[in-house]
Amino acid sequence: MPPKHRTPPSTHAPTQTTISSPPKSSAAATSSSKQPLTAHSAQEIVQGVWDKYVDRTPQRVKLLDCFMGFLVAVGVLQFVYCIIVGNYPFNAFLAGFSATVGQFVLTASLRIQTNPENKSEFESISTERAFADFVFGSLLLHFFCVNFIN
Amino acid sequence: MATAEGDPFLKQVTSRNTRGLLRIIILCTIAAAAVSSRLFSVIRFESIIHEFDPWFNFRATKYLVQNGFYSFWDWFDDRTWHPLGRVTGGTLYPGLMVTSGIIYHALRFLTFPVDIRNICVLLAPGFSGLTALATYLLTSEMVTSPSAGLLAAAFMGITPGYISRSVAGSYDNEAIAIFLLVFTFFLWIKAVKNGSVFWGALTALFYGYMVSAWGGYVFITNLLPLHAFVLICMGRYSPRLYVSYTSWYALGTLASMQIPFVGFLPIRSSEHMSALGVFGLLQIVGFVEFIRTQLPSKQFQTLLRALVLVIFAVSFGGLVLLTVSGVIAPWTGRFYSLWDTGYAKIHIPIIASVSEHQPTAWPAFFFDLNMMIWLFPAGVYMCFRTLSDEQVFVVIYAVLASYFAGVMVRLMLTLTPIVCVASAIAFSQILDTYLSTDTPKVEPKATGSTDSARVTAAAVLPDTLRSTRNPLVGIYSYASKLTVVGSATVYLLLFVLHCTWVTSNAYSSPSVVLASRLPDGSQHIIDDYREAYYWLRQNTPSNAKIMSWWDYGYQIGGMADRPTLVDNNTWNNTHIATVGKAMSSREEVSYPIMRQHEVDYVLVVFGGLLGYSGDDINKFLWMVRIAEGIWPDEVKERNFFTPRGEYRVDDEATPTMKNSLMYKMSYYNYNALFPAGQAQDRVRGARMPAEGPQLTTIEEAFTSENWIIRIYKVKDLDNFGRDHASAVAFDKGNKKKRAAKRKGAKVLRVE
Repeated sequence: MPPKHRTPPSTHAPTQTTISSPPKSSAAATSSSKQPLTAHSAQEIVQGVWDKYVDRTPQRVKLLDCFMGFLVAVGVLQFVYCIIVGNYPFNAFLAGFSATVGQFVLTASLRIQTNPENKSEFESISTERAFADFVFGSLLLHFFCVNFIN
Repeated sequence: MATAEGDPFLKQVTSRNTRGLLRIIILCTIAAAAVSSRLFSVIRFESIIHEFDPWFNFRATKYLVQNGFYSFWDWFDDRTWHPLGRVTGGTLYPGLMVTSGIIYHALRFLTFPVDIRNICVLLAPGFSGLTALATYLLTSEMVTSPSAGLLAAAFMGITPGYISRSVAGSYDNEAIAIFLLVFTFFLWIKAVKNGSVFWGALTALFYGYMVSAWGGYVFITNLLPLHAFVLICMGRYSPRLYVSYTSWYALGTLASMQIPFVGFLPIRSSEHMSALGVFGLLQIVGFVEFIRTQLPSKQFQTLLRALVLVIFAVSFGGLVLLTVSGVIAPWTGRFYSLWDTGYAKIHIPIIASVSEHQPTAWPAFFFDLNMMIWLFPAGVYMCFRTLSDEQVFVVIYAVLASYFAGVMVRLMLTLTPIVCVASAIAFSQILDTYLSTDTPKVEPKATGSTDSARVTAAAVLPDTLRSTRNPLVGIYSYASKLTVVGSATVYLLLFVLHCTWVTSNAYSSPSVVLASRLPDGSQHIIDDYREAYYWLRQNTPSNAKIMSWWDYGYQIGGMADRPTLVDNNTWNNTHIATVGKAMSSREEVSYPIMRQHEVDYVLVVFGGLLGYSGDDINKFLWMVRIAEGIWPDEVKERNFFTPRGEYRVDDEATPTMKNSLMYKMSYYNYNALFPAGQAQDRVRGARMPAEGPQLTTIEEAFTSENWIIRIYKVKDLDNFGRDHASAVAFDKGNKKKRAAKRKGAKVLRVE
C-alpha cells in the first residue's frame, strides 16, 4: 500500500496546476462563447478527476470504492424495481434498501477513517480499530435487516 | 457539594487513582441519594402503583410475565374499549415492560423470589440512579473540570423536575426514558468527538431502546439532525461528523422500525424527515468534500455551486411532492399543538383536556428547578464562549427544550437534564475559580495548608513587580473567597432542602390513595378508590362492562379487572365522545347509548363531600366539549353555563346541567347526608338545591366511604314494558316512604 501520497500538500500544488492548465487557457481563449466552454471544461474536469483518482488511490481503497459502487448499483436497482413492480412486501424492500444504504455509509466511514489524510481528525482511531468498528456496525446492521425482512 | 470542594483539594494531595476511586464512591452515593429520595411514597403509603398510566403498564407487565414475550407481542386486549378491543401488543411502547420482565426473570434466575409489583414500583428510582451516572458522563464530555460532572449528577439525582415523573410507584415510560435520553446524548457526543462507527452504532442501539420505551424519542430524532445541521452551517463539517451521524442514522432508523408501534413512521411521517434530510445533506457534503480533495479550487467552486443547487432543489421538491401526494404523512396534531398552543383547544380537545399538556406556568420552572433556573443561562453562556462541537449541542438542546418546556408542562422533563448540565457547568466554574486560586501560590510547597500558603504568598509578593507576575491574575483575598464559596454552599443546601420538600410534599402522592391530616396532626388515609375497585372486583360478574370517564379506564382495568369502554390510551376519539355524550345528556338519551354498549355499571368520581377537586364535575366541561366535537347539534357547551356565563351546580344551574346524567349521578341522594336544605358541595362551595335529582334508568349500587366513587347499576328493561320514568313514578306513587328498601330488594332480584 502506498500510503504517503499526499502528506505534503504544497508539493501537489504544481502538479494540480499543470493538470488543469489546458482547460484554463482554453477558458480564457473562448470567453465569448459560453455554452461550449462549460461543456468542454466540465468534461476536462471529469477527466482530470478521473486521472488523478486512478493515479493516486491505493489498491485497497479502490477495492472499497468498487464495493461502494456495487452497493449504489444494487440500491438503485432495488429502487427501480420498487417503482416499476410495486413495493408489496414493504418490509422486505425497506430492509434490502436500507441494508445497501447502511452498508454504503459504513464502508464510506471506513474509507474516511483509514484515509491517511484524515489522520488528524481521527487521532483515537487506528486502522485496525476502524476495521473492527466497521465489522461491528455491519453485524448490527444485518441483524436488524434480517429481523426486519420478515 | 462535597465533591466540588473535595476534588481540586485532592488534586495536589493524592494520586490519580485515588481520585478515580473517590469519584466512583461519590457517584454511588449520589445514586443512592437519588434512589432514596424517591422512596417517600413507599414509606408514607405503601408499595403501590401510582396514578393512571402506570396501572396499564403494570397490567401489561403482568401479562408479559405470565404469558411470555411472543403472546405479549401479539396481545389483543378485549377487555378495554369494550365493543372494539385494542391491539395492545402493536400499540404500545414495549421497552418498559420488557425491561422489568428481564429484571424479573434475571432475579428469578438468581433465586430471588421478587414480586413483579415490587420491581415495577422500584424501577423508576433504580433508573434514576443510572440517569445520574449518565448525566455525569455527559457533563464530563462537555468540560474538563471534573467537579462539573459530579455536580450535574447530584443535580440530576435530586431535582424535582425529574423526580416528578420517577418516584417509586410511578411506573411510567418516562421512568426509563430519561435515562435513555441522557445516555443516548452522551453516546452521540462521544461519537461526534471521536468520529467512531462504534460509538455511532452504540448511539443507534440506545436510540432503538429509547424508541421502544417512549414516544418522546422524536426529540432525539430531531435534535441530533439539528445539531449536525447547525455544525454544517457553521462550516464545521468534519469527516467525524459524517461517520458518526450516518452510522447513527442508518442503524438507528432500522432499529426504530423494529417496534411495531413505530413501524414505517421513520420514513413516512414529517417528524422524521429532518433526520432523513440531514442524512442526505451529509452525503452530499461528504461527496463534495471528497471531490474538493481531487480538484483545484477554481473548478471546484463552479462545480459545487451547480451541484448543491440542483440537489437541494430536487430533494426539496420531492419532499413537497410526496407530502402533497400523501406518501409522507403531514405533521400530527400533537406537533401542531407544540407550535401553536391554541391549536389543540380548538381542534383536538382530547389533547387539551389532559392537564400535563397545558402550557407551563412560570412558577413551575422555579418549583421544579429551583436555583438551577438562574444558573442555567450562565452555563449556556459559558458554552458559547468555547464553542466546540459538543458545546454547540448544549446550546441547541437548551434553546429547543426551553421552548418546549414552556409549551407543555410535561416536557419540563426533557428540559431538566440540560438544565442540570448547564448549571453544573456554571456552578463548577464558580467553585473552581474561587476554590483553587491558591494553587499558584501553593505550588512550591507540596502541602496545601492555609498557613504555608499565606507564608509563601507573603514571601512571593514583595520581591517581584506586580506587572511582571502575569500568571497570578485572580481573586486572592480570603474574604471574597469565603463569601462566594460560603454563599454557594448555602445555595446548594437550600437547593437540597427545596428538593426534599417538594418531593415529599408535591410529588410523592400516589393519587390512588389520598392522605389528609386530622386535627391532631396525624395522617389519615383516604382509600376510596381501592375500596370501590375492590367492590367491583368482588360483587360484579367478571365481564361486567364499566362505563366511566377515560381517566379511570386503566385503573378499573388494573385494580378491578373489569372491561371498560374507554381508557387513558385515547386512541379512538369518537368512542370517548360517545361516553361524553352519555354523561352529558338527559337520561332518556343516555339510556339507549348505554344499552347499545352493554354497559352494566357506571362509575363517577365525586369530591363534593370531601373537597376533592379532581372529580368528574370539574372535568365535566371537557366531556361536553369532546362530545360536542362529534355531535355539535345534540350537545352544546353553552347550555351548561348560566345566562351570565357561570358554571354552577346549585339552584341556579341550567336545566341542561341539572338533567345531565353526570350531575344526577354525582348529587343523587346527596341531600340525605345533611339536614334539610343544608347540603353543601365543598369543592365548588355551593349550596345544593333542597330537592335532589331523581334517577330513573339507573340505580345506586355502591358509594365509597367518603363518597369519592359512586357506582350505579344500569337497570334492565322494565318487566311490563313501561319506560323507566313512568315505572319509577308508579312505584313512587304507591310507596313513597319505602323507596330505599324497595331498591335493595330489586337489586337482589336482578342478580
